[in-house]
Amino acid sequence: MDSGDTAWLMTSAALVLFMTPGLAFFYAGMVRSKNVLGMLMQNIFAMGIISIIWATIGFSLAFGGDAPLLGNLDYAFMGDIASDEGMAFFAFQMMFAVITPALITGATADRLKFGSYAIFIAIWSIVVYSPVAHWVWDAGGWIFDMGAQDFAGGAAIHINAGIAALVIVAVIGQRRGHGTEPMPPHNLPFTVLGTGILWFGWFGFNAGSALAADGVAAQALVNTHLAAAAGMIGWLIVEQIKTGHPTVLGACSGAVAGLVAITPCAGFVGEMSPIWIGLIAGAGCYFALQMKELLRLDDSLDVIAVHLVGGLIGTVLLGFFGDSSISGADGLFYGGGGELLKDQVLAALGVMLFSGVVSYVIAVALDKTIGLRVDPDDELVGLDQSQHAESAYQA
Amino acid sequence: MKLVTAVIKPFKLDEVKDALKAAGVGGMTVGEVRGFGRQGGHTETYRGAEYQIDFVPKVVLEAVVDDAQADLVVDTIAKAAATGKIGDGKIWVTGVDRIVRIRTGEEGGDAV
Repeated sequence: MDSGDTAWLMTSAALVLFMTPGLAFFYAGMVRSKNVLGMLMQNIFAMGIISIIWATIGFSLAFGGDAPLLGNLDYAFMGDIASDEGMAFFAFQMMFAVITPALITGATADRLKFGSYAIFIAIWSIVVYSPVAHWVWDAGGWIFDMGAQDFAGGAAIHINAGIAALVIVAVIGQRRGHGTEPMPPHNLPFTVLGTGILWFGWFGFNAGSALAADGVAAQALVNTHLAAAAGMIGWLIVEQIKTGHPTVLGACSGAVAGLVAITPCAGFVGEMSPIWIGLIAGAGCYFALQMKELLRLDDSLDVIAVHLVGGLIGTVLLGFFGDSSISGADGLFYGGGGELLKDQVLAALGVMLFSGVVSYVIAVALDKTIGLRVDPDDELVGLDQSQHAESAYQA
Repeated sequence: MKLVTAVIKPFKLDEVKDALKAAGVGGMTVGEVRGFGRQGGHTETYRGAEYQIDFVPKVVLEAVVDDAQADLVVDTIAKAAATGKIGDGKIWVTGVDRIVRIRTGEEGGDAV
């Protein structure tokens, strides 16, 4: 790594960090006003607690050593993280660790006790996030060694958080009034603002994952942008056909779906592939919205449809669109046969199984001891008042 | 004295205010409310889910006027607030037992 690479990596760390407050506003705009601070708090708090955990032990468990299942403690307390690029990499990866559990807040909106949420994500980061990151990104990790590819976290971030969201909402149940009371978004301008910040920050998320300021990073940047654009168009087309209205929420959701799907593919595909991937994700995630009806889960802000399904779409499509002339292995459409595709599917299944089971165990254990869900009265009054003794809008 | 209360369409507020000032009404109070009568609500769509929103945004306008002026004020509001389409609103008149101007302590007709 030269100084240009290090500079880009540090810049990317800042961009990725910015995505967490971006996500906070993306979600906050969609909840009811009595819960807006509760949502914002859960997201920004991740910036606090997960950073400390990452520095203490999380980074080491993710990137220490080369065992197949878990990192070692070589880097505990940030010991031995040598040289500029080591620290830049540590910082960059920290921002991924921060935002991943925050993704879950969309599914559990309006009904988690803050303390229980804090404990959940702290445990989850150590026993789910770090191991999965190790499998996918650290040489020696079984998914990495198998040959599956995940440029910036389709599996490690989106499938991981998405399946965790699914199992947690199965444990905590639906919002009080769900299905009978209308709960429309209270401030869609926030959601648009959040989408813009996420899109912007995603350039660091994906292009920064090249770990270099080079052609692959530039390709990843272009892919990221085009997938967001195509995701928006794909979603809007389906939405227009099915409901007769293109909506602001749809445009934002489609863009994010495209961004999620391109995440595993970002530096591994080229030509028009990001546009195809974005279109498929935009349309596919729209149809996936129906899943929560089928599963009878109140995934309040559609984390399953956008992150789990979007992540799966991108992870699997990489098996088709992978292009070694950009980097990595060739997919089915580029003469690589089915090898990469098989690896991608196995990686997705492995992450889903592990994260699904362990997240479920943590959720049940916490629910049975300290309780995950707020009291019914607190839920009616709203998280802002009940959890934080604050109100967002004084007027 | 009478309290004239009107619930009108929000975009009609400026027109009603101007008409009332021209008719000699010295002051009024307005508020943003939601309501429905025969207008019913509308549907909004979020991520493919349709929400039936019963309440429609309206503006409520209140003015305390002399007994003799009440009918003129009602007619003025009715003319200015009408569009002919469903949801134009309603006006009603109630009695005021007592009214005080806070700054001076004046009461009754002097306080209107």
